[in-house]
Amino acid sequence: MKIPLFKSKNMGKKKVPEINGSSMADISFMLLIFFLTATTMETDKGLFRMLPPYQDPSKQQEDVKVLDKDLFVVLVNKDDKLMVEKKPMHSRELRKTLKDFLMNMNNDLEDKQYPGYTEENIPGIGRVKVTKAIVSIQNDRGTSYQKFIEIQNEIVGAYNEVKDYYSLKYFKRNFNDLKESQQDLIKQIIPQKISEAEPKNIGGK
Amino acid sequence: MAQFRSKEKKEPPAISTQSLPDIIFMLIFFFMVSTTIRENTLLIKKPQLPKATEYVKLEKKSVVSSIYISAPSIPLQKIYGTQPVIQLNESIEDISKIAQFIETERGSMPANDRSQLTVSLKVDSKAKMGIVTDVKMELRKANALKISYAVIPKH
Repeated sequence: MKIPLFKSKNMGKKKVPEINGSSMADISFMLLIFFLTATTMETDKGLFRMLPPYQDPSKQQEDVKVLDKDLFVVLVNKDDKLMVEKKPMHSRELRKTLKDFLMNMNNDLEDKQYPGYTEENIPGIGRVKVTKAIVSIQNDRGTSYQKFIEIQNEIVGAYNEVKDYYSLKYFKRNFNDLKESQQDLIKQIIPQKISEAEPKNIGGK
Repeated sequence: MAQFRSKEKKEPPAISTQSLPDIIFMLIFFFMVSTTIRENTLLIKKPQLPKATEYVKLEKKSVVSSIYISAPSIPLQKIYGTQPVIQLNESIEDISKIAQFIETERGSMPANDRSQLTVSLKVDSKAKMGIVTDVKMELRKANALKISYAVIPKH
């Protein structure tokens, strides 16, 4: 005579056969391959820029008065040669030169080298000098895109270095490690003004 | 002792593959989460993006539209020539179509995201600024003012 409990357990096992799971791996492999081929990993990385709004050329526009000394003019010709502030320059030196331009301010109109400033009250920091500097890039239609981006990169790089300098000065931390509200304050101290002028077609295509 | 010897003679047990599906599923979930569905098949040569160090990441994929500028792919060079052309969505288009393209891109977005529309310019580094400037002008006319010059990170 057998124990009834043992018997019923045995019978229950027989009634429900195990589902064969060996094909599960194949199915999931198929799905995996589908996702591998149909998707891309890349997130867009780029140099972010705001374009100025379109202005109808037929309408008369009031020109915004910008002092010559506030402008940092970068010219690039069709041979990818650089002219910065009326002097030829290699793109390697651009970052240092622009940083120097952004860090020094002078409201003396006689001084043509450095831009003017306004004094502003920034909450949490106090009164600071805010540079009026505007970077103007002028390129030719024949300038290569490679060079254009290289210059843009140097300019943004210079701005980032200045932002880091102010962040270390006021918050003892790098700009990227700051809180968003603090980053906004730093952005007020060093506004990033980059103008991309309409190109002149001097050298042809 | 005899017992041990008899055990040794047995075939080694098969490696259990029970956990294999789980591992693969884990991989699937990883890819599902970290990737996005590929958008466009390129009719032009894959743009060799310029390198830069000071890039920012465009986090919100849904507000980014891409405009590609590069030379046409080799089979299409008979029709379009070898100079860089513009690809919008799935076709090579004339520059005047950009305004229309921006309109449709805006239309396919949720209403409160529309102002955030960012155009990512994926331009081949060998292209000239002329065509890029024309595209920028068209974007200004279409009031799509947020742009990003796509780059490859350089370290």
